[in-house]
Amino acid sequence: MKVLNSEELNRKFQEKIDNDIKIEPNDWMPDAYRQTLIRQISQHAHSEVVGMLPEGNWITRAPNLRRKAVLLAKVQDEAGHGLYLYSATETLGADREDTIDDLHSGKAKYSSIFNYPTLSWADMGAIGWLVDGAAIMNQVPLCRCSYGPYARAMVRVCKEESFHQRQGFEIMMKLANGSPEQKDMAQDALNRFWWPALMMFGPSDDDSPNSQQSMKWKIKRFSNDDLRQQFVDATVAQAALIGLTIPDPDLKFDKKSGHYIFGEINWNEFYEVVKGNGPCNKERIDARRKAKENGLWVREAAMAFSAKRAIKKSA
Amino acid sequence: MTKNEALFNYTLRLGDDSLILGQRLAEWCGHGPILEEDIAITNISLDLIGQATNLLNYAALIENKDRNADNIAFLRLEKEYCNILLVEQLNGDFGDTMMRQFLFDAFRKPLFEMLQFSKDKQLAAIAEKSLKETKYHLKHSSEWIIRLGDGTEESHQRVQNSLTNLWRYTDELFFTDESDTLLGELGIIPDFSKIKEVWSANVTAVFEQATLQIPANNWQFEGGRKGRHSEHMGYLLAELQYMQRAYPNMEW
Amino acid sequence: MTNKDWPLWEIFIRSKQGLNHKHVGSLRAADAEMAVENARDVYTRRSEGISIWVIESNNIHASDSSDADMLFEPSNTKVYRHPTFYDVPDGISHM
Repeated sequence: MKVLNSEELNRKFQEKIDNDIKIEPNDWMPDAYRQTLIRQISQHAHSEVVGMLPEGNWITRAPNLRRKAVLLAKVQDEAGHGLYLYSATETLGADREDTIDDLHSGKAKYSSIFNYPTLSWADMGAIGWLVDGAAIMNQVPLCRCSYGPYARAMVRVCKEESFHQRQGFEIMMKLANGSPEQKDMAQDALNRFWWPALMMFGPSDDDSPNSQQSMKWKIKRFSNDDLRQQFVDATVAQAALIGLTIPDPDLKFDKKSGHYIFGEINWNEFYEVVKGNGPCNKERIDARRKAKENGLWVREAAMAFSAKRAIKKSA
Repeated sequence: MTKNEALFNYTLRLGDDSLILGQRLAEWCGHGPILEEDIAITNISLDLIGQATNLLNYAALIENKDRNADNIAFLRLEKEYCNILLVEQLNGDFGDTMMRQFLFDAFRKPLFEMLQFSKDKQLAAIAEKSLKETKYHLKHSSEWIIRLGDGTEESHQRVQNSLTNLWRYTDELFFTDESDTLLGELGIIPDFSKIKEVWSANVTAVFEQATLQIPANNWQFEGGRKGRHSEHMGYLLAELQYMQRAYPNMEW
Repeated sequence: MTNKDWPLWEIFIRSKQGLNHKHVGSLRAADAEMAVENARDVYTRRSEGISIWVIESNNIHASDSSDADMLFEPSNTKVYRHPTFYDVPDGISHM
């Protein structure tokens, strides 16, 4: 076996990426690539799991049996997605429980959108339609990400997410075609979730320092601003179709570029929410931490029992 | 009492048990002791909501008064719900939830096994479908009871307390009145004493493996089947019915 | 990792009769029974499987990726193992 120096290893690694050859867990990779992936995938996993809470808030109050079952199945899927993603981070040598502890200590971040409260049933519609819609825009390109386990997890996630956006839009459509109170409820949810949904794509490209490197490594395929634009272009027409108004007085169609031009995002709010000052940051993390703490005796018991049984078997 | 009235009562009882326990389990979603178990509890909740939908739809059909499963599930008064007290008890800790589940599953499995041969075709079909789900629920809850009972000192103590607290609600699993007698005679529902035999043998065996003691105090509560519930029920219904009560007569 | 944490298991699913079990991902479980049940709930929610294998991750031994050249490249030159290596005259079929 030829011993390669790190420069050669790096060059060969980039060559593989440039030729669209996937990187697999045991392959050599630059440490920065590994760390970037661990950070990104675990953040993604945390977002799925924290994302269960705002929607979980309405399962017991869902208005009929069908909606209750659909919402339960949907939130359960988010737990599954979190698991697929934690499973991908474990292939990089990051222990799942350690990354979860980083979430609980505030060291690790997650999508800022889940720090907003869900105040009405219509929020279930808005989240499915806008938040899952934005997530899909982000996630579809990740199915071609250079790291094999992440790409494969995303294929699975994307397949399952497609029903999520549809069920959300269906809820909104039903409300928009319903009584005046229902219509109000739908418009109010759109008003509250529109801007946070746009923020989900992350800071504007000029303020996104790691993006360049991630693009070169093919962890990221499109820039934040491009994805955001794609989302706005797709969603405006959908809102019009069900008679809801996008809460942006500056929104207009630009014939020349074929895109919608939209108003300025409140980045100050975005950074405050990321920092921990959103309306529900504390509640979300407290709930997750409590779940882990309250489950400790259960996890310990299962391990103790398993050890006892192993002894019995070998005796 | 006519056969139809009795059949309606019975279907409603089964449906309410599934509905209320499904609603309780749904409260766990996002708060499970580990992600894998969160998903497992939600699956059981989903199965129960599905059973409730089938059973309450059938109850509506028998009743023939222009109600559907949703009207029945969401728009009754507390005293009109006839689930047993066991299923409306608070989730408590994971041990309480698993104990409640185990005592219930151990009843539901032999029930559905026998009910799938009911002379009522629809009830037989629902039982046959539900049996597959219930077998899995029982496997899952029995294994947890054994793990927790024979796990650590703490888990043993906790789940022993769960058993002591919940045992009082188990007699009501076998509650019968004139409508059950009538349906029994018609070969529509099984003999509850036979279900009880299977149930007793199963719980005794599992508790033995789990090193748990059935409490000596055997005072038993009942009331749910007659619409007399515990203090927890009103709050459960307040959540369940919130949307339908706040926004009456709307489609969702 | 503290010993309070449940071990990691690799999950293999047979999607239908006649196909191999295929690796789908991993999960945590305290014992094999639990791993099978968790795999059922995590990886077959949409009827993706009819059979499940689980194996504790630390029982898997993998080839070293830096040995790939020595392990796999020598077979590249053994072209005679492939049917396309051989000349078959026109007019002969089913061979």
